[in-house]
Amino acid sequence: MTAVTANCGSLPVRDVPVYSREGFAQEVLGAVAEGARVSAFFACPMPDGKRLFAVLAHPSRGQLALFSTIPDGAMPSLTPECPSVHLFEREVRERDGVEFQGHPWMKAVRREPEGAGTGFFRVEGPEVHQVAVGPVHAGIIEPGHFRFQCHGETVFHLEIALGYQHRGVENALEGPPDLKKVAVTETIAGDATAGHATCFCSALEALCETDVPARAQVLRGVALELERMANHIGDLGALAGDIGFLPTMSFCGRIRGDVLNITAQLCGNRFGRGLIRPGGTGMDIDTDTALEMARRLRAALRDAGEAASLLLETPSVLSRFEGIGTVSREMAGRIGLVGPAARASGLEMDARHDFPSGIYRMSHIPMSVWDSGDVFSRAIVRWMEVQRSAAFILEQLSGLPGGGVQARSGPAMCDSISVSLTETWRGEACHVLITDSRGFIRRASVVDPSFHNWFGLACALRGQQVSDFPLCNKSFNLSYCGHDL
Amino acid sequence: MPGLILFLSGLLLAPLLLGVTVRTKAAFAGRRGAPLFQQYHDLVKLLRRGQVMSGTTTFLFRVAPSLALVVTVSAAALVAPSIVSPGWGFPGDFVFLLCLLGLARFFTVSSALDTGSSFEGMGASREVLYSALSEPALLIGFGVLVRVSGEMSLGGMYGGLGSGEWLSAGTALCLVAVSFFIVLLAENSRIPFDDPNTHLELTMVHEVMVLDNSGPDFALITYGAALKLWVFASLIVNLFLTALGGSSFQYIAWFPAGMLLVGVLVGTVESVMARLSLLKTPHLLAGAGAISVLAFILSTRFLQ
Repeated sequence: MTAVTANCGSLPVRDVPVYSREGFAQEVLGAVAEGARVSAFFACPMPDGKRLFAVLAHPSRGQLALFSTIPDGAMPSLTPECPSVHLFEREVRERDGVEFQGHPWMKAVRREPEGAGTGFFRVEGPEVHQVAVGPVHAGIIEPGHFRFQCHGETVFHLEIALGYQHRGVENALEGPPDLKKVAVTETIAGDATAGHATCFCSALEALCETDVPARAQVLRGVALELERMANHIGDLGALAGDIGFLPTMSFCGRIRGDVLNITAQLCGNRFGRGLIRPGGTGMDIDTDTALEMARRLRAALRDAGEAASLLLETPSVLSRFEGIGTVSREMAGRIGLVGPAARASGLEMDARHDFPSGIYRMSHIPMSVWDSGDVFSRAIVRWMEVQRSAAFILEQLSGLPGGGVQARSGPAMCDSISVSLTETWRGEACHVLITDSRGFIRRASVVDPSFHNWFGLACALRGQQVSDFPLCNKSFNLSYCGHDL
Repeated sequence: MPGLILFLSGLLLAPLLLGVTVRTKAAFAGRRGAPLFQQYHDLVKLLRRGQVMSGTTTFLFRVAPSLALVVTVSAAALVAPSIVSPGWGFPGDFVFLLCLLGLARFFTVSSALDTGSSFEGMGASREVLYSALSEPALLIGFGVLVRVSGEMSLGGMYGGLGSGEWLSAGTALCLVAVSFFIVLLAENSRIPFDDPNTHLELTMVHEVMVLDNSGPDFALITYGAALKLWVFASLIVNLFLTALGGSSFQYIAWFPAGMLLVGVLVGTVESVMARLSLLKTPHLLAGAGAISVLAFILSTRFLQ
């Protein structure tokens, strides 16, 4: 039987069933047909050989299913039936050398081997032309290569080639579960510091059976929501900037800074570094600081409200946002979008709601869903989330539980596996940790929400104007380093 | 003589007009903004730099910026004195003005295509599309001025307009001004047609065509762009100044105020609206053409 755990749960590795290759494929496809999502899919070298693990999240049951198989060098590809695993399969092949037979586009995800020359998907035709953008870009953004197959101004196909930021995060997480590992997870994606640090620490705490104090849970939640607010507000401003709408662009740039400064009040760092630690938080705040944070937050929210309503009510802005870069609900589900991008396509999914952990078990945030799937939808979902996050933070700050913020952690359990899902501001992050016989991390699998969503951007561009690419890109605002690890 | 003053002041002050626009936008955003004379500093900086030439380009890429600037200066020489020298120009010179603008565009577009870059090719294609739509608006607009003033040259046109014509055909002339202003925004790559501040190559029109230019060549291009804006702005300002009547020197006194107003107006448009989608910009330009046609129909009635 499939092993089942709640979010942030752990179990001995031996409890994870090993299926035949066909049984594994059937289990994945069956679960996806029932509405589950593939949250993690990775290979791990075990003493008895290489094993392929899958973590499927069942939102209706709030459970995570784990199972595995022994790939033995080659596997039938699941991608033709279940497109959402296409990038996972490419990643496993690149990292662990497992071949997937029948994968339609088998190409390295991060590091194309020298001379492999898989090249880019090409559309042939007398009037079709290619446009290559990047990896060096004009703005201050991360490196990534975008290859458009265009017909005049219309995009037929976009292929996104990343991997320029690959730095071996998963390898760096292997070994003894010490504080250094948390510092690594804080840099998986700098703008999702609190998200990934929370996700990793939760997975680690599940392995160590640590009970995180309530006050620390609240502070983590506050940091996560502040991070969400800052990034969403920054994104609304950046969306305005891309269409040359100056008022909101100028305001939001400043307001984002205000929210980051509130995070700095919480922990001394604008991006929340050093706050989240295994067993709790590294810092505590006193009542005065909490009051001051709440005061500043109300001011920032008021300003953001003005900037956002200006953006979302100006006709020239709406004409640029509506009907651009549409991802249908059906498409979003098939390719496995997560986070605001999925909710903007009408998918009701939010790890805070479906798989609550920490403070989200006690205090609920309404899910923000919009169904048009276009740039406007992604903008308004962000704005709704900003408002709801602010309400959540104000509620939490007004009733901070007493007690300490740090629990002592025991050693990690040996030969165990733990899974943690966290709704970062971009969507669901998933960390899976497998320990060896000494309690050291044998394999850490990290899935950033961007890993699921980059393909959504490529799909959103089909049939669109090539000049709308920057706008669509900004409406997803995915992480390059989170994808590249 | 007053014509020469207007021409030379245009050559000298053209970059200042952009400074006014930039300051207006900054004021709307609650910032102080770049100094009014920043454009001059940038030009000097560029002139003192070296140049990088792409290996795939030919002599066309080297000569195009200078040729485009020469042509733009000629256009300025044709337009600037027209308000104060009724004898300036020759019958049909407004068509020649369009030819000069088209020639400058030809050089810019050719040099963009010469680089072989896909970005610059897209920019060239967009630029040519815009100009194909803005030229009719401009030409029919001039047609209105010809009908109302009864003269065939730029100098005669503006000289032939006075408060009398404004009283009887003011609506048509105002519509021409509106049409010219839309064309000004399109031809000078301002919002809502183009975003002069963007760094996103895929969305650019004019900027993307000069991505490969650097140093002194880029200074010529930047200066040429400022001068082009000046030429278009003076077409509009001159039109309104004819309503005032008065001597040449009164014109010269009012002229800077009019230019300032255009600069502020461009900055205001950029501050309050988003850029149009590339699919919709042709509609706006076609609208400018329709406004010109409407003005032409109204002017026909005026003559009866």
